[in-house]
Amino acid sequence: MTPPADVESAVADAYRRGWALVLAATAGVARDLDLAEECVQEAYAAALASWARDGIPDTPEAWLTTAAKRRAMDAVRREQTFRSKLPLLVEPEEAEDEPAAVEPENVVPDERLRLIFMCCHPALAQEAQLALTLRLVCGVTTADVARTLLVSEPTMAARMTRAKKKISAARIPFRLPERAELPDRLRAVLGVIHLLFTAGHTAPSGASLVRTDLVDQSIRLARTLRELMPDEREVRGLLALLLVTDARRATRVDAEGRLLRLEDQDRSLWDRSAMSEAHGLIVDGLRGGRPGRYVLQAAIASLYAEAPSYDQTDWPQIVTLYDELLAVWPSPVVALNRTVAVSMVSGPARALEEVAELEKDGRLARYPYLPAIRADLLHRLGRREEASIAYRQTLELTGNEAEREFLAERIGGCLIRPEEIPGTQGP
Amino acid sequence: MAQYAILIHTKAEVVPGAREAHERHFDDLVNSGALVAAFALQPADTATSIRGDVVTDGPFVDAKEVIAGVAIIEAPDLDAALKIARANPATQQGGGVEVRPVEGGFIPDRPATA
Repeated sequence: MTPPADVESAVADAYRRGWALVLAATAGVARDLDLAEECVQEAYAAALASWARDGIPDTPEAWLTTAAKRRAMDAVRREQTFRSKLPLLVEPEEAEDEPAAVEPENVVPDERLRLIFMCCHPALAQEAQLALTLRLVCGVTTADVARTLLVSEPTMAARMTRAKKKISAARIPFRLPERAELPDRLRAVLGVIHLLFTAGHTAPSGASLVRTDLVDQSIRLARTLRELMPDEREVRGLLALLLVTDARRATRVDAEGRLLRLEDQDRSLWDRSAMSEAHGLIVDGLRGGRPGRYVLQAAIASLYAEAPSYDQTDWPQIVTLYDELLAVWPSPVVALNRTVAVSMVSGPARALEEVAELEKDGRLARYPYLPAIRADLLHRLGRREEASIAYRQTLELTGNEAEREFLAERIGGCLIRPEEIPGTQGP
Repeated sequence: MAQYAILIHTKAEVVPGAREAHERHFDDLVNSGALVAAFALQPADTATSIRGDVVTDGPFVDAKEVIAGVAIIEAPDLDAALKIARANPATQQGGGVEVRPVEGGFIPDRPATA
């Protein structure tokens, strides 16, 4: 008999680390997502009793995969007797006939990759991609996915059902994309992971700024992907970007939960080990040919993070990296962020001109950081009336409490403490 | 193998060279064995719509693009179907295509009409 606490923690551990692996392998046999999920859930439940009786196996994931696959095989056989017309998951090779004892080396990591690519298929809406990835790849329950993505549970359940139905009716394949499709398809996968991270890093609504569950889940996903596709530079870039951004988690808000500006954060509290891991990934990623979007973003974030202080940041280098980034990813948000670096190299007046250009463009009309950056530049130029109007515009566009409070305070600062504005003596 | 309908949407006005491009595309599909059936429709201003008891002149949905034709293809999965659909000239001529899995259907054997 193994102590129940040990068994529970072993099962919980295998759930966290092995869910995607077990599900992916089982989906190959079950060829139906709902059946595969059910079998995997049952296998985990069975593990509780079985491991308590017989001890925790040396390779828990292999044990679970065998158990889940066997259940799937049984179900498929039962099904075959009254052959239903339900379409099956599309898989190139025929599923194995016997769920032979699965040795750890037979648990091919590729199956997880197939699962990830299926969940992030461009034929699915992005919200469905996010939900399926959390449910099927991360093993998050539907109720928790609903909470995580801020929709009601029935809505989420309906969304999942619809997505799974499309996978089966339209035959979205459970396999790796072809070489030629890979860049596009990988971009979709990276986009989903990045979106999960961003949603967690600055929660779009709610009381607290960071949603740790989402951030951790997305970093775990990026790590898995890096393990599965070690040669893809953009995968390395994405992992580095998430690590270096999250390294500042402890200092982004003060003790009262208020947002702190980068220049006001205590750099000694940043996670050095995450930053140095990111640094290594970036150095690798910048080698050999033109770097992609995520490598460049990571390089920029890393330059910000590694400077001894905000003022000592290597601004000219950051502007250069932004220029490269704009060349591979011409996004107005990138152009806006670039203006911050420009203001440090060429002054706030020059940056303000570029912000004005971006405003004319119109694509950032609902983006709260545009008036926020303009307000900051105006503030630095001593044009406090205009700055306070811009802060107000920002407030109207932001839904996160911590961000609203930070901005509300800055507006107060503009009106009440004008002597703080550089180059002015107050009214 | 599964069947997919490719609904071809184009702008109402005729694009020069469109017909030739479509003919080449469908020759390719016939040669590859993927094509099950294909129909090109007369321009949308020849359409008549019926909703309830009301008969009106013009296409059913009033939109910038109109349905110009439909093709039924056979493909092992959605990725293969999308690859074929992407090659449709409409996607490069200001229109586009919608790919829908076919649930069922048949083409009856009928005597040739004179």
